[in-house]
Amino acid sequence: MKKRFNPKTSQKIAFTILLLSALVTIIPVVVIIIVVIKNGISAISWEFLTSMPKNGMRAGGIFPAIVGTFYLTIGATIFSLPLGVLAAIYLSEYAKENRFTRILNLGIVNLAGVPSIVYGLFGLSLFVIYMKLGVSILSGCLTLAIMELPSIITATKTALNSVPKQFREVSLSLGATKWQTIRYAVLPYALPGIITGTVLSNARKTGETAPILFTVAAFYLPRLPSSVFDQTMALPYHLYVISTQIPGIEKNITYGTALVLIIFTLSLNLVGIIIRTRLRKQKKW
Amino acid sequence: MNKIGKVKEFFIEKLIVICGSLSIIFVILIFIFLAREGLTFFKYESIKDFIFGRNWYPLSNPARFGVLPLILGSVMVTLGAMAISIPLGVACAFYIAEIVNPKMKDILKTGIELLAAIPSVVIGFVGMVTLVPMVKKIFHLPTGLTALSGSIMLAFMAMPTIVSIAEDAITAVPKRYKEAALALGATHWQAIYKVILVAAAPGIFAAIMLGIGRVIGETMAVMMITGNAAVIPHTLLEPVRTLTATIAAEMGEAIRGSNHYYALYAVGIILFIITFVINFIADIFLHRIKK
Repeated sequence: MKKRFNPKTSQKIAFTILLLSALVTIIPVVVIIIVVIKNGISAISWEFLTSMPKNGMRAGGIFPAIVGTFYLTIGATIFSLPLGVLAAIYLSEYAKENRFTRILNLGIVNLAGVPSIVYGLFGLSLFVIYMKLGVSILSGCLTLAIMELPSIITATKTALNSVPKQFREVSLSLGATKWQTIRYAVLPYALPGIITGTVLSNARKTGETAPILFTVAAFYLPRLPSSVFDQTMALPYHLYVISTQIPGIEKNITYGTALVLIIFTLSLNLVGIIIRTRLRKQKKW
Repeated sequence: MNKIGKVKEFFIEKLIVICGSLSIIFVILIFIFLAREGLTFFKYESIKDFIFGRNWYPLSNPARFGVLPLILGSVMVTLGAMAISIPLGVACAFYIAEIVNPKMKDILKTGIELLAAIPSVVIGFVGMVTLVPMVKKIFHLPTGLTALSGSIMLAFMAMPTIVSIAEDAITAVPKRYKEAALALGATHWQAIYKVILVAAAPGIFAAIMLGIGRVIGETMAVMMITGNAAVIPHTLLEPVRTLTATIAAEMGEAIRGSNHYYALYAVGIILFIITFVINFIADIFLHRIKK
């Protein structure tokens, strides 16, 4: 006969196991960050951040990759933010509960689930080849922008839904039209939430490599891009290249690049998280 | 309102409707443009040879485009990753939703959010320099670039998805279920696994599906640590090559308009369909909960 624990003991055992699982989930984050900081910090210098790569990337800095990633982040946001916000306005203010809306929501879920490398293929086929934009910053930004759409739509919808119904009712009862109501009585109050959501999701997409592989990323281009039709180096792809394709590269250059990339995405994320926590505490209504 | 105002409002509202439909438009566009290139491949090769072919030699003469080893590579890495991340992720979600105090909860959630924010190429790189040598040493292998290494790293990448969605599902279980169980004399743990777990099961299932979707679509980390050998794998301790890694690694060298180029798009179609089905199922379950 199997002997059964008494319920109190089994609860203790179970909760300990749950605690351990939570720790096992969190610890790798800490380990990854510590490993990268510990090994990468020695490579970071003003020269590393602001000079061109030399000797087939074995020496010199990562300036063009930093600039490229910066351009891609900004460029993608320029396209994705207005489209995403308008889409969310439709879904939360105009759409009725019917089959069409259900299909749109299903579209968002699926867009969010499309693998990043498939976005890369799509960008190559549509923007680079079909629209003849070539392997360029523009193609890369557009590809990233479509990838960012679902999370911006979701974040904006949440922000719009958190604005109380009374705001709309008061505005409408004063004779404002539907759009005027959205524009003056809803959007301003949802704006902080929209911005936070955008920062958080775009910070994440900035670190993506697969969608930019065939649409914009240059293997080695020791100069700054001259226009939006130019290729550019980018931090995530650069890290991939130097950690797998360049044998005998000094380890601290690779770690240094990883550190800059992590700082770039994590600091954007932290900013987003901090603003969000503040907002939650400050809610006035 | 004056006339200009009315015209302006009319156009703005039309623009909003168009943008609202963008999500589904882009899903369709993605499929069309994958199909445009990918289906060309089947003009020259049979679908059966593609799906069930056991050899992927795109550069040999004659080239062989059998995608079976790549599918099995993806399946093996995904199964390995899910074996780790399902129990850990669901346990972690219960811990966060049911047990921990609010302050610790914030710390854990922020940590998981940061894990989601670490770029996959960084996870791949750290895996390459830390985990891969460890796997090689522990199992006395010629190389540590194996399906196992990939599974472990991918398990952590699936964790944020699984934990956050499972936690939502657990939090959404009505309080009175738990209170009723406690009132009948159950311990907190008994209430968790006999009542809450059952009530939250559809949401947890959706979380697992989305986690699987995340893992199958992951590219960079997997390409860097699984060894990229396009052969049919037999154990977790062999190098494998996934569908995603194949596209990422070979598209750069494939000549536009060649069979190889079209074959990679056909691989993309397979990926698109797999993730579409997975997300569709997950969404049905999530939708059911909302009702």
